[in-house]
Amino acid sequence: MLHGTTIILISFGYLGLLFAIAYFADERADAGRSVIASPYVYSLSLAVYATAWTFYGSVGRAASDGVGFLPIYIGPTLMIALWWVVLRKILRISKQNRITSLADFIASRYGKSALLGGLVTVIAVIGILPYISLQLKAVSNSFAILVQYPEIIMPDKVGATSFREDAALWMALILAAFTIAFGTRHLDAAEHHQGMVAAIAFESLVKLLAFLAVGAYVTFGIYDGVGDLFARAAAVPRLQAMMTPLEGVAGGYANWAWLTILSMMAIMFLPRQFQVAVVENVDEKHLNKAIWLFPLYMLAINIFVLPIAFGGLLRFPDGSVDADTFVLTLPMAEKHELLALLVFIGGLSAATGMIIVETIALSTMVCNDLVMPVLLRLRRLRLNERPDLTGLLLGIRRGAIVLILILGYVYFRVAGEAYALVSIGLISFAAVAQFAPAILGGIFWKGGTRAGALWGLSAGFAIWLYTLLLPALARSGWVPLGLLDEGPFGIALLKPLQLFGLAGLDSISHAMIWSMIANVGAYVGVSLSASPSADEHRQASVFVDVFRQTGEGGGARFWRGTASVPDLYSLLARFLGTATADSAFADYASARGLAWPDPALVADAELVHYVEVQLAGAIGGASARIMMASVVKEETLSIDEVRAILDEASQVVVYSHRLELKSRELEAATAELREANERLKELDRLKDDFVSTVTHELRTPLTSIRAFTEILLDDPEVEIGQRRKFLGIITKETERLTRLINQVLDLAKIESGNAEWIETSIDLKDVISDTLGAMDQVFNEKRIGVTARLPDKVPPVTADLDRMIQVMLNLLSNAAKFCDPANGRVEIALTERNSSLQVDVRDNGRGISPEHQAELFSKFHQVGDKLTDKPHGSGLGLHISRQIIEHFGGRLWVESDLGRGACFSFTVPTGAASRAGAAPGMRQ
Amino acid sequence: MRDFESKGQRFVALCLLGMLLFNYPILALFNVSGALLGVPVLYVYMFVAWAALIALMAWIAESGR
Repeated sequence: MLHGTTIILISFGYLGLLFAIAYFADERADAGRSVIASPYVYSLSLAVYATAWTFYGSVGRAASDGVGFLPIYIGPTLMIALWWVVLRKILRISKQNRITSLADFIASRYGKSALLGGLVTVIAVIGILPYISLQLKAVSNSFAILVQYPEIIMPDKVGATSFREDAALWMALILAAFTIAFGTRHLDAAEHHQGMVAAIAFESLVKLLAFLAVGAYVTFGIYDGVGDLFARAAAVPRLQAMMTPLEGVAGGYANWAWLTILSMMAIMFLPRQFQVAVVENVDEKHLNKAIWLFPLYMLAINIFVLPIAFGGLLRFPDGSVDADTFVLTLPMAEKHELLALLVFIGGLSAATGMIIVETIALSTMVCNDLVMPVLLRLRRLRLNERPDLTGLLLGIRRGAIVLILILGYVYFRVAGEAYALVSIGLISFAAVAQFAPAILGGIFWKGGTRAGALWGLSAGFAIWLYTLLLPALARSGWVPLGLLDEGPFGIALLKPLQLFGLAGLDSISHAMIWSMIANVGAYVGVSLSASPSADEHRQASVFVDVFRQTGEGGGARFWRGTASVPDLYSLLARFLGTATADSAFADYASARGLAWPDPALVADAELVHYVEVQLAGAIGGASARIMMASVVKEETLSIDEVRAILDEASQVVVYSHRLELKSRELEAATAELREANERLKELDRLKDDFVSTVTHELRTPLTSIRAFTEILLDDPEVEIGQRRKFLGIITKETERLTRLINQVLDLAKIESGNAEWIETSIDLKDVISDTLGAMDQVFNEKRIGVTARLPDKVPPVTADLDRMIQVMLNLLSNAAKFCDPANGRVEIALTERNSSLQVDVRDNGRGISPEHQAELFSKFHQVGDKLTDKPHGSGLGLHISRQIIEHFGGRLWVESDLGRGACFSFTVPTGAASRAGAAPGMRQ
Repeated sequence: MRDFESKGQRFVALCLLGMLLFNYPILALFNVSGALLGVPVLYVYMFVAWAALIALMAWIAESGR
C-alpha cells in the first residue's frame, strides 16, 4: 500500500499544510492579531533544536553508546538555567540595537566591524552546511527505506538510485520556495517572520507526537513495558555491557563533560537557535515559560530513545539494519504502515524545520554581513544614488537561500555518505562553539576588543578546520589518509587527531580542548595587549551596560554631527521602502508630540541614532554605519571624548548614589536635631522653674529678715529679751540665706563641671565617725538615739574628703529632721559588698510615699505639702549629694514605706574600681 | 531589581548543581550494574535528576510574579 507515489503525495500534502499555517499566521500578524505572541509557541519554536539528527540519530548513538547521546540535551538544559542571566541580556541588547543575526551581534559589539561580521558569516556557513546536508540525507534515506516496504533494505544496499537523489533535490527546492515565501516576504526592521515561526512550532509538535507514538508502540506494543524490554536486553551479554557504559564505550567522563559543554554552547550559538530565541522573540517575558517548557520538551523527546535502541538491537540482532533507522524500521518490521508513515512525517518535520530556520538565519548573515558591506563599498555600483534598494536586498537574500540549499544538496551528493549522522552534527556544534568567547566575553567584559575577537575566532576556526574538518575530508578520501596516521610531512606531533601528542580523547573533545585554548587565549591576550578604539569603547559600553540604560537612545549620547531630516528619510526609504520609512518616522515624531511630516522635527543625535537602528535591522549594523556616514556629517569622537561621556554617565550614577546617601543622613540629622530641641526646651523649662524656685527660696528668709529689722528700726522700745530673740532669727535666716546661696553656687559648679575635686584615699569609717561627732549636738538636742554599726576595717575609697563629709552631713541632718519627733532613732550601717562600700542611713520617721521617691532627688524638692508645711531645707541637698556620689562612680537611692521610716543608701567603689583613675586630671 | 538579581543568582546556583549532578564523581556513583524497577540504575538516575532539575527551573522561573 505504501507506494512511492503515495508517500510523495502525503509529503507534499504535509508541506502544503505548512504553507497554509505560515500563510494564515502571516495574515493574522498583518491584521494585528499575532498567533505567535505566546510563550508556548515560543517554547515550541525553540524545539527546532531537535532535528532529524535527534529524531533518527539519537537512537543510533544510543545503540552504540547507551546514554552517550544525553549530554546533547542535558547540556542545553544546564545552559537554559543560565538564560535568565545570559539570554535576557542578549535579547535586550538585540532589541535595542535591532540586531538580526549572530554575525550582526558580534560585528556590532566590536565597533560595528564589517570584517568581523564577514568572518562570523563564513565560519557559520562552512560550519553549518554539512548539518543542512545531513537533514537532506536523513529525509532521502528515510524515504528510500520506506518505499521498499514491506522489505527492509538499507539505502546503501539499493545503490544510488536517481529516484532517491531526486527526492532530496525536490525537498531542497520546495524548502527554498517556503523559505523565500515566508522568510523574505518583505523587509521588516524587526525581522520577525511570524508565519515561519508558527509553522516551526507546529512541526515541533508533530515530531514530538510521532516520536512518542513510536516509542510507546515499541515499548508497550512490541514488548511488555520498559521492565520487560530491559530484562530481555540484559540477557544478551553485549547489551548488558552497554548499561553501565561510561567507563568504556563512551570514552569516559572527560568526553562526557566536553560533549556537555559543547551542547551548552550550541543551544546559544547555532544560527537557527539565535534566530528563534532572539530575533523572533516578541516578548522578553516569554522566557519565563520557555526556561522550563523547552527542557521539558527535550526530556519528553528523549524518554523513549533507549527503549527504541534496545528494541531495535533485539529485533535486528545481525546488524543488517543501521541503528540510525530503528525509529522507522521497527514499525515497518511489525507491518505497522500508518505508524511508519507517521514516523516518516515526524522525521520530515524535524528536518524541514531545521533547514528552514537555519537557511533564513544564514541568508540574513550572508546578505547583511557579507554581500552588502562589499557592495556598499564598491563606489562603481553607485548604490547610494539608487532610489529604492529594497528589491536588491530581498533579491540578495533569496539568492542566498537558494545558494545555501543548493550547496547543502551538493555536499550531500558528494560527501554525504562519508559519516554517520551524529558525527556531522557534532562537527557543526564545534564550529559554532567558536562564537562563545566573543559573544559571552562581549556582553560581560568591556575589555574585549575587535582585534581580540578577530584573532580568537580565526585561531579557534583554524584549529577546528585542522582537527575536525580535515580528518572528515580525509575519511571521505579527498585527502590522503596518511595525513591522519603519520601527521603532515611525517611530523607525529602535528597529527590532526592527536595534536601535540594529546591522545585518549574522542575527536570532538580533542578538537574542543585545542580550539578553545587557542580561541580564548587569543581573544583575551590580544584584547589586553592593545587599547580599544573610540567605536569599540562605545559599543562595549552599550552592550555590557544594557540594563543600566533606558529606552532605545542608549547609543545617541555618543553622536555629534550634522544631518538633515530629508536626507535621513530618503536613506531609510531606499532600504526599507517608503511605506515602512513613513511609519518609522511617524512613530518617532508622535513619540515627541509632533506630526509627520513636520518642519519642527530636527535631525538631532537621537533621530540619527533612531534611523541607524532602523537601518541596522534591515541591513546589519556594519552596513548601516557605512550608509549613515554617506548622509551624515559626523564629527569623529576621539577615544578621550567617548571616555569622558562614559565617565560622565557613571559620574551621574555615583552622584545620585551620593545624593541619596546625603539625604538619608540629613533625615537622620533632622530627627536628632528635633530630639535635641525637645531636650533643650525641657531644660529651658527646668531652668525657668529653677530660677523661680530659687527666687522664691531667697525671698522667704529675706522677707522675715526684713520684717524683723523693720520692727527693730521702727520701735526702739522693744524689750531686750524680744530684741535678742529677733536678732537671733535674723542671724539664723541670714545663715540660711548664705547656705542656700552656697549650695546654688556649688550646684552650678558641679553641673558645669568646674567643681574642684581633691581626690585622696579616704577611710569611710573615719568620715562617718567624724560626721557623727559634728552632729552630736543636734542629735542630743532632739533626743535622737543614734546607733552606728561599723566594721573594724574597711578598704579605702578614692574620693574628696570634704565632699563625702558633705554627703554624710546632708543624709544625717535629713534623718535628724524627719525622724520621729518623740522617739527618734537613727541607724547608720557601713558594709562592704563586691568591690564597693555601702552606707545606709535609716530613720524612723513617717517615710516617703513611692510616688515621691523619684522626685526626691530633683532640685528644690521638699517633702510635704508646700502650702502648709514650713520648709525644712533648701531642697538642694539630696540633689547635690547624688551628683557627688555619682561623680565618684557610686549610686545614691532611697527605700521607704509610708509610716515605716526611710533608708537612704549610697555606694562608693573601693580601690582600683573607683573612678579616680578615669579622670587623672582632676587629681590634685 | 533586587527580585531580578536574586532570581539570577538562584538560576546560576541551579546550573552549578546541574553540572555537579551530571559529572564525574556523582555520576560514577550511579554508573553501576543493577536495575531499579527493571531499568538500569544509571538510566533511572539520569532521567530522574534531569526531571528534578527542570522542576526546580520551573519553580524559580515562575516564582516571584
